[in-house]
Amino acid sequence: MSTRNLSAVMTSILALAAYASSMAQETPNLGRPATPAEIAAWDVSIPPDGAGLPPGSGTPGQGAVVYVQKCQACHGEKGVGKPNDQLVGGQGTLTTKSPVRTIGSYWPYATTVFDYVRRAMPYTESKSLTSEEVYAVTAYLLHLNGIIGAQDVMNAQSLPQVKMPNRDNFIVVYPTKPR
Amino acid sequence: MSMSPPSSQDQPLAEQAAGNGLLDRRIFIKHGIALFGAGGLAVVSAPSAKAADPSSMPPWMQFPGAGMSSYGSPAKYENKVVRTLIQSKPGTTGSGASRTPIEALDGMITPTSLHFERHHSGVPDIDPDQHRLLIHGLVKRPLTFTVDALLRYPMLSRIHFLECSGNSLSMFGPTPPALTCGQVHGLVSCSEWTGVPLRLLLEEAGADLTAPWLLAEGADAAAMSRSVPMAKALDDAFLALYQNGERLRPENGYPVRLFLPGYEGNMNVKWLRRLKVTSAPIMTKDETSRYTDLQADGKSLMFTYPMDVKSVITRPSPGVPLQAPGLYEVSGIAWSGSGTIKHVDVSADGGQTWAAAALSDPVLPRALTRFRIAWKWNGAPAVLKSRATDETGAVQPTRDALISAHGTNAIFHYNAIQAWQVETGGEVKNVYA
Repeated sequence: MSTRNLSAVMTSILALAAYASSMAQETPNLGRPATPAEIAAWDVSIPPDGAGLPPGSGTPGQGAVVYVQKCQACHGEKGVGKPNDQLVGGQGTLTTKSPVRTIGSYWPYATTVFDYVRRAMPYTESKSLTSEEVYAVTAYLLHLNGIIGAQDVMNAQSLPQVKMPNRDNFIVVYPTKPR
Repeated sequence: MSMSPPSSQDQPLAEQAAGNGLLDRRIFIKHGIALFGAGGLAVVSAPSAKAADPSSMPPWMQFPGAGMSSYGSPAKYENKVVRTLIQSKPGTTGSGASRTPIEALDGMITPTSLHFERHHSGVPDIDPDQHRLLIHGLVKRPLTFTVDALLRYPMLSRIHFLECSGNSLSMFGPTPPALTCGQVHGLVSCSEWTGVPLRLLLEEAGADLTAPWLLAEGADAAAMSRSVPMAKALDDAFLALYQNGERLRPENGYPVRLFLPGYEGNMNVKWLRRLKVTSAPIMTKDETSRYTDLQADGKSLMFTYPMDVKSVITRPSPGVPLQAPGLYEVSGIAWSGSGTIKHVDVSADGGQTWAAAALSDPVLPRALTRFRIAWKWNGAPAVLKSRATDETGAVQPTRDALISAHGTNAIFHYNAIQAWQVETGGEVKNVYA
């Protein structure tokens, strides 16, 4: 191969690389920078390590008061269910013909209770509870399920430490699905 | 023109492809008009033809018809073709599902108005001018996008099915549900979706493309959210803005939804407002306590994303009976979240013998695929089944095999072979056979 040909080849390779990298960048670039304040207001998701949990705290006793006012009409006294989902009990039923999936029998992470109640409950007025109320209701539901004590305080430090009874019974199948 | 069934001499007995009257799939192509043009092919459940008196013109031929309209609607005679089994628990109007009447449709595309629904807190009434999409987390440049901005990005169009992972869950029960095909299997629909490749927006935000996950969140009252593998986001994910040529309907995610071809419906987050690039799944309610598949041993499968290979005969089916013995087209849909449908076998003798059905073009990956086969019904009771195989070689299991592998408590990802019992009078029943 002559130098001239080699140089031509190199030029095309460089041109190709430049083209490929420009392809990766080629958008109308219409995204507007988001400010930290905007992000903080929108980012309500709470992973199992508790990152992003807000300040505040609550106890089962405080949660019982909130529960009666805001939750009981749909979820029954002390989370027994009806007309909507049962939240308490069901432990030991998962291998029976009629498994009862509740926070206590099924949910693997306590942080999910906080995340979900804060974003989606009460059904008719979601996102209306204060952080204190969400911590308190979460504590109440964990206590009713026998997972924490009556005096335990739930906050950004203690909630991620709660070990849920069904935690070790989930098999992650992504990316290999056994079917 | 004679409308009576063809005599036995008309029937090419050599074309038999499997037991109990299933005919070779090529019979339609080979004989075409010559065989069927004389009225030999009965249309399932079509009303009996009335003799038209050529001397009396029907009124619609004597006077001008209606004028044009700004937005069309189906013929008034088709007003029974509607979404069904619309159920919500008390006090949670809008939370629940509606099902596509697949037994009344043909082809591969589901009319947008009949696309199934599954909502977790109703259908939000979103003003597109106020809607924003935020991309943040492990990104160099957190960005927000208006809907008008998204509409200016390069787009792609894809025909894909969408199936709720809870589709057909009543088939896990101890007795076969006495429901129509759509009421059992109608949490599946297929549309042409048009939108922006997700990769483009992630690159613009300078996302760490080696981060393994991102959270997708909707702008409904439940702020429904799921963690999505980055590998899927970079592979074929897109943000859908159009469905079947028009902007998304509110119940399908207006103004913008996430679309993950082949993945369980819940992952395709509607009313998308936020994508957060993360190092681990968030473990939201819907990926822990809801869309996980409880097995007989008490363990649960988590992150079971692709919908499995599946098919169902839509005609005949419960409520779509046969009439007199004769030649019929058996028709149905097949699909797989792992690629294209390779073939669909049909049995008219309860699964003893099988014949390959014809697949109607186009056969596309992760799209509903229409299959058809000619069947000469002799009027005796028969059990019809269909069994799909996809391009990976995955074969639709029997119900017994599915339940022995996964138990009856899984709720999600039911994809077993469906058996329809055709009775002497032509009525069709759901059976476990």
